[in-house]
Amino acid sequence: MRKCSLDKLQSVFAAVNEKMPIYLPANGSDGKAVYTKWAEGVELSDSLNTVRSPKDFFFPQTENMMEFKTEGKTIEIIDVRDEKEDFVIFGVRACDVKSFEILDRVFLTDPVDSFYASRREHGIIVAMACTKPSETCFCQTFGIDATEPMGDVSAWKTDKEIFFKANTEKGEAFMKAIEALTEDADTKEVEAQKEATKKILKKLPLAELDTKAFGGGKTSEFFNHPAWAELSESCLGCGTCTFVCPTCQCYDIKDFNTGKGVIRFRCWDSCMYSDFTRMAHGNNRNSQKERFRQRFMHKLVYYPENNEGIFGCVGCGRCLSKCPISMNIVKVMKKIGGETK
Amino acid sequence: MMMEETLIPKIGVITDVRQDTPDIKTFRVVTPEGKKAFDHRPGQCAMLSIPGVGEAMFSITSSPTNTEFMEFSIKKCGCVTEWLHQAEVGQQITIRGPYGNPFPVDEVFAGHNMLFVAGGVGLAPLRSVINYCRHYRDRYGKIDIVYGSRSKDDLLDYKEIIDEWMTDAGVNVHLTIDREQEDWDGHVGFVPNYVKELNFDTENKIAVLCGPPIMIKFTLEGLKALGFKETQVYTTLELRMKCGVGKCGRCNVGSKYVCKDGPVFRLDQLDALPDEY
Repeated sequence: MRKCSLDKLQSVFAAVNEKMPIYLPANGSDGKAVYTKWAEGVELSDSLNTVRSPKDFFFPQTENMMEFKTEGKTIEIIDVRDEKEDFVIFGVRACDVKSFEILDRVFLTDPVDSFYASRREHGIIVAMACTKPSETCFCQTFGIDATEPMGDVSAWKTDKEIFFKANTEKGEAFMKAIEALTEDADTKEVEAQKEATKKILKKLPLAELDTKAFGGGKTSEFFNHPAWAELSESCLGCGTCTFVCPTCQCYDIKDFNTGKGVIRFRCWDSCMYSDFTRMAHGNNRNSQKERFRQRFMHKLVYYPENNEGIFGCVGCGRCLSKCPISMNIVKVMKKIGGETK
Repeated sequence: MMMEETLIPKIGVITDVRQDTPDIKTFRVVTPEGKKAFDHRPGQCAMLSIPGVGEAMFSITSSPTNTEFMEFSIKKCGCVTEWLHQAEVGQQITIRGPYGNPFPVDEVFAGHNMLFVAGGVGLAPLRSVINYCRHYRDRYGKIDIVYGSRSKDDLLDYKEIIDEWMTDAGVNVHLTIDREQEDWDGHVGFVPNYVKELNFDTENKIAVLCGPPIMIKFTLEGLKALGFKETQVYTTLELRMKCGVGKCGRCNVGSKYVCKDGPVFRLDQLDALPDEY
């Protein structure tokens, strides 16, 4: 483990930036944290987490996939993919680090999505341990330890210092870049911080939430549950939950005519939208109840069924704080899973 | 060197367009070099697109035994299909695939009597299997084909059915149309009723169905009444698709993605899925 004083944090960013771009949560003009490319003067936010998840780094909200030139009856396909360069995402919370594994299982299984893979390969994740988890946090439910975030490098920030530990080869490269600014450290302070945070975690309002009712093979048990109607009744179908969610990965592929050619791009889509499954001959999810059910069944039953029991949620709490009607996966789990408290 | 990307298609050229019915055309597609774009198995699908219009999934109606080209029977019903219906010979499109699980023609169907039941454009995916079975005729027992459509003019591949299927030894074709028509002396009535009337035996038989959902629903009831077990019946589904490889997230029924775990399902597999297709 290495450490440096917080006074040197800007120098750390500068040293990394010499080698590759570094992105970190910084407060925007509204005081909310957003991942920002570091430049001199950009300060690391003290916020617990960013408004949007860091999935953008590997699975951007929109990306061009290819271009077409058409002339008469002929078409030319232009591969617009370029070689990506290494970059660092600094300050990723444990929940979001786990979300990358969930996305990997979608995009990196055969056939590998080359757009995602090339970004993923070049991204170095510096994860930051939480010290002030909020009442919307429930990462523990999914077996995530907020005090021991994984990633290529794990980091712990105390009042005066920041500690780093490399977990992967990519992480070693990051450590090398900041070697001159850091010194060897023992784990005493980090361990003390972890213990303190764990005490807070245990007292969180959602600390007792568990997944035992859910998992693969539960489709017939939950699909026709009467509570879906009540739970989805107020859902506006706005899709906010899917956009802020670090694990939602549904996408659309669309064409845009630039006047000089056609760009085929991919963009985030949402199972909450009415046209998501609409076909020429009809729609197999006609009501918001069906669309709402799809989102939660996917995270709690379908995804684990296809992925060795791993759930499609990391308990980051973004949907809890952002849903305009205050509906969320926790309420669904409690109602459908049969917990009454 | 960039890694291979399934979402980036190949160029295809339309080399023949056949008007089958007032709203269905069959397109023959090859690469610009005049070759088949890729190999496939019966029941598999391909993504076709026209840049600027969109991309959509279509079943490959030609048999894999045809090594020269692929055919797609396409009903005019949306943006992409309308555009395709205006396309002329020589028009380039894009093509990618093959996608989905095929019918288990060698693994399961071989050695069985076959019953094919199709309605309307639902014949398109079955034609691939039917012609595969006809090509390897000695591997299959008796073949019965029940095919129905709204009218005589709406029967797909009519010439091939009359000239080839009906003249094959051991192949029985049972055509039906929904309503009486002047120049039609064949059967009149809906497919599910006709299947019941024909009173097929179930011995060593596999039934393969494709058609509008309402036809599938009632035909399944009829087949069950005739004594068919769920493991003897196969069908093929279609839902909205974008990627074709189980990642874009929209064609799932429960935990199964129609594009990669389907489109072919055996009835007992289908019955295990939630009713959302």
